[in-house]
Amino acid sequence: MALLEVTDLCAGYNAADVLRGVTFAVEQGGITAILGANGAGKTTLLRAVSGMLRRRGSIRLDGRSIDRLATEDIARLGVAHVPDGRGTFLELTAEENLRIGAYTRKDRNAVAQDLERIFTYFPRLKERRQQQAGTLSGGEQQMLAVSRALMLRPRLLLLDEPSFGLAPLVVQDIFGIMRAINAEQGVSVLLVEQNAGLALDLADKAYVLETGQVVMSGTADAVRSDEAVRRAYLGY
Amino acid sequence: MEAFLHQVFSGLATGGIYASLALALVMIYQSTNHINFAQGEMAMFSTYLAWSMIDAGMPYWWAFLLTVLISFVTGIVIERVIIRPVEDAPVLSVVTVFIALLVIFNSVAGWIFTYTIKTFPSPFPEQPLFGNRYISSHEIGSIGVTLMVLMALYLFFRFTPLGLAMRASAQNPLSSRLAGIRVGWMLALGWGLAAAVGAIAGMLVAPVVYLEPNMMSGVLLYAFAAALVGGIDSPFGAVLGGFMVGVLENLLGAYVIGTELKLTVALVLIIGVLLFKPSGMLGKIFVSRV
Repeated sequence: MALLEVTDLCAGYNAADVLRGVTFAVEQGGITAILGANGAGKTTLLRAVSGMLRRRGSIRLDGRSIDRLATEDIARLGVAHVPDGRGTFLELTAEENLRIGAYTRKDRNAVAQDLERIFTYFPRLKERRQQQAGTLSGGEQQMLAVSRALMLRPRLLLLDEPSFGLAPLVVQDIFGIMRAINAEQGVSVLLVEQNAGLALDLADKAYVLETGQVVMSGTADAVRSDEAVRRAYLGY
Repeated sequence: MEAFLHQVFSGLATGGIYASLALALVMIYQSTNHINFAQGEMAMFSTYLAWSMIDAGMPYWWAFLLTVLISFVTGIVIERVIIRPVEDAPVLSVVTVFIALLVIFNSVAGWIFTYTIKTFPSPFPEQPLFGNRYISSHEIGSIGVTLMVLMALYLFFRFTPLGLAMRASAQNPLSSRLAGIRVGWMLALGWGLAAAVGAIAGMLVAPVVYLEPNMMSGVLLYAFAAALVGGIDSPFGAVLGGFMVGVLENLLGAYVIGTELKLTVALVLIIGVLLFKPSGMLGKIFVSRV
């Protein structure tokens, strides 16, 4: 059974629906990528899963319906969301940001271990741990955002454009670590990206979103070799 | 010189009270961007509760503790029941609710306890400590209590996970919810803490200004001036501003403008800060792009 099963999801802001009947799934331990142009509804889709906006349709996490739960309760079920714009607590220190990620956890020793593990993934954050998060560079803030989400020990990680605005080398770094985390800790990932090439390298499954509807889906390889996708999103 | 020192010390004592109340204002402002105009009246009502308990024969410190506790719970209840429904309302509606709270607390206090002025006991000895001539025991005591309260709050916000979660909720509610923090309850907790701190300020100032339903109106103005001077979104600024306003008010009252015009100091400070440095000493300057 899939970890996250979304069926016929409609969602939007105010009166208008941005998503119009989207169906997709994230397998246990899998990485699913959602591709699409600006305005296709990618960010809206992640927000709908986290309960940040009005939504209809069925969203199931591990068989349990979560489409009526509040954001904080969804987070408490092990869904960590790295939002659009990173959601950094700019005036807190880097370490405080990480501790907030672990707020719902009571296992203090494991939290301390996870903090150390994160510092081995991202040594830069260790150097900056006492620094105000707002003074970190864009790449460091993205590392911090991903790390904050990991401190929740999530079952499902929602990533909103982790490559946005970052230098290619930093992006490679972050994606490499994401792959490692997925392999080592079995965290399932739902990844939203404009950079389709990057996303398809990481993902095992992909969906293409156009104006709020899924127009194509399949394994990452199948999507990559699709003529239309190649031309529209990969650019060759 | 002796008189001057005396004015400074008693300014520090009342300044501590302004600092506490200013801190209560800032705590709520930081998380909601609203000034709770009823903060002073809530403190006044708490002080009446303490007075009733003491009047009924309860030892001072028991009444003190119980009042702080009841105020804390009441603060939470007010947030949950009255403020929460207008959370997303336009700013004027919220201000109206605050003003309504102010009027309700004021008139209910007058109705239950009457408008006759009552004396409120000080828990500290009447004789000055060590026979000094500069500062009364109540002044030393209230500076001490204020510093303890400020220290406890600092430690709570700085070093406990709950304090961190409250700071996080004030800064970025959305990200906090994504981390599983119940932001609504953090707001309520902030109201509870503010009410508790206000209650302490009320009980400390009551022996000086005497207990009556309007006793906090002046104090709230000074606290408001203190919060503005320090920077309305800065807790440290509020504390610093509180002590400064206290001393300034006392010295100006004693040597320059006379005690009758003391309250003007607060008003002049408020207007001055808003005109010339709206962010205060330690506040953030916001630039918004449109």
